[in-house]
Amino acid sequence: MTQLIDFYRAAMKQAILVQFQYRAANYFYMIGMIAEPVIYLAVWSVVAAAQGGSVGGYNAGALAAYYIVWTLVRNMNIVFTPYGWEQRIRSGELSGLLLRPLHPLHYDIAFFAGWKVVVIVLWLPIAAALAWLFQPTLAPTAIEIAVFAVAIWGAFLIRMMFLWLLGLISFWTTRVAAIYELFFAFELFLSGRIAPLALFPDWVQTLADWLPFRWTFGFPIEALIGQLSLAGLLGGLAMQAFWIGVGLGLLAVVWRSAIRRYTAVGG
Amino acid sequence: MSAHIPAIIVRDLVKTYEVPERDPGLLAAIRSLFRRRVRAIHAVSGVSFTIQPGEVVGFLGPNGAGKTTTLKMLTGLLHPTSGEALVFGYVPARREPAFLRRITLVMGNRNQLQWDLPALDSFELIRAIYRLPPAEFRATRDELIDLLEVGDLVRKPVRNLSLGERMKMEIIGALLHRPQALFLDEPTLGLDVTMQRRIRAFVAEYNRRTGATVLLTSHYMADVEALCRRVIVIHHGRVLFDGPLSALVDQFAAYRKLIVTLAESGADLKGFGEVLAHDGLRYTLRVPKAMAPAITARLLAEAPVADLMVEEPPIDDVIEQVFAVGTPR
Repeated sequence: MTQLIDFYRAAMKQAILVQFQYRAANYFYMIGMIAEPVIYLAVWSVVAAAQGGSVGGYNAGALAAYYIVWTLVRNMNIVFTPYGWEQRIRSGELSGLLLRPLHPLHYDIAFFAGWKVVVIVLWLPIAAALAWLFQPTLAPTAIEIAVFAVAIWGAFLIRMMFLWLLGLISFWTTRVAAIYELFFAFELFLSGRIAPLALFPDWVQTLADWLPFRWTFGFPIEALIGQLSLAGLLGGLAMQAFWIGVGLGLLAVVWRSAIRRYTAVGG
Repeated sequence: MSAHIPAIIVRDLVKTYEVPERDPGLLAAIRSLFRRRVRAIHAVSGVSFTIQPGEVVGFLGPNGAGKTTTLKMLTGLLHPTSGEALVFGYVPARREPAFLRRITLVMGNRNQLQWDLPALDSFELIRAIYRLPPAEFRATRDELIDLLEVGDLVRKPVRNLSLGERMKMEIIGALLHRPQALFLDEPTLGLDVTMQRRIRAFVAEYNRRTGATVLLTSHYMADVEALCRRVIVIHHGRVLFDGPLSALVDQFAAYRKLIVTLAESGADLKGFGEVLAHDGLRYTLRVPKAMAPAITARLLAEAPVADLMVEEPPIDDVIEQVFAVGTPR
């Protein structure tokens, strides 16, 4: 365990060094990503105003808080893309990873986790600028801040595993883009990315509760902006733990099968 | 590891790939949706050999002979279709961490260094991956840096290094965990002559210092001549030859070269063999190996010979001939 921690420390340090090489590019990328939540915010603010000041329990200040926190959660959601697996297989990079005495999942978790540390630091001034512009209503309690701090990493882990699972389809077929796009469409609506889930019909919210997407996106945001009770906060963390467990279990089975196939047909 | 227990044991190793194929055209494409046609490609067809600890063995063969497939089976990247491979007693296909810590594979397209960072940063990550004690890691790293004379390069971002310099860094990265078996797949490919020579000298020195077992493929015969006393020649997935390099030349070289310098002009040597070159009094003849002694004797008896040398053909020519013909002569 100590040695695994040493690996995570070394790999995250390396990722941070790499990301500092690209600090300007990272910043522009993050600023570019603001367009999407600002559009959602503008649309839902208009809807809220038309409905007497609030929609689904969100007033203008709560919507602003939702979409400002959204920008950090969206960045925490960026993990190794399933589209990257084909390149990994073709370039021989996967062979290099398989020659090492450590599961490749550790590399991706550690590298992206290191990147997230940089992202969080870079996000703070962006969040300050957005708060100045949109005047959010945000007064989290200590427990909400603590749950949020854990939940953004839980969200990162769940999405990392599910996108890994999606990427592993590349071992069986190269025509995977349509499957990925379907997954991303479900995710867009059922995660809370396009709008807070409270704005959707009840049956959609119930469905979202039983799928992993909400726990990777809407839950951490709702935790910080004060939309959840204590039971909701702790229950959300439990759901994240559940989905991490499911992701790990599925990965263990699918990875073994994928590697058996890879080593049978060659890289 | 006792010297009596082979480091690598390969018995009847077979690797067959199934490749889908179909005829051109729309009809064939539709037909292939219902009935998939596959063709079996026999990449390795029953290869057997053993390698003792500390041996440096050249693994030769033309493109597509099955060399890389065999190396991949020995390093756990490919499952054999049948047969057995054991490396230090481990079945490579199981890819046990203890096995992976004892081997390394250097391939042209292996890239384990972070492009944007100095190689020293990547070496630090490799230390953590292989769980190397810091003091041992630093000693090995510094020793390898010295051996490859790259002390002034390890602090430069990898993207600023030349191909040869990067290859040296990759080699250091591949050896930091002091593997006991080195599988080198074209380690000098694309490098200039000086760089090739340095890498050769390095592999020889590493083998001498650590007693590591080395299995090397290369298209550069200079690599093989400099490093390997023993060669295994593979062609169409089968072992054609396994033995000392000198015996390969004896077995496969069908010709000898006679370089004859005459004392006086006027003699015509066309009747003694194929004249490859003629410059004044100096002739280069090619004669069948079996007839070389008799022709030499005839030349000395019948022509005004001032000097005569019998040469074996260059190893490159012999190998080329082996690959072209595919069976020993």
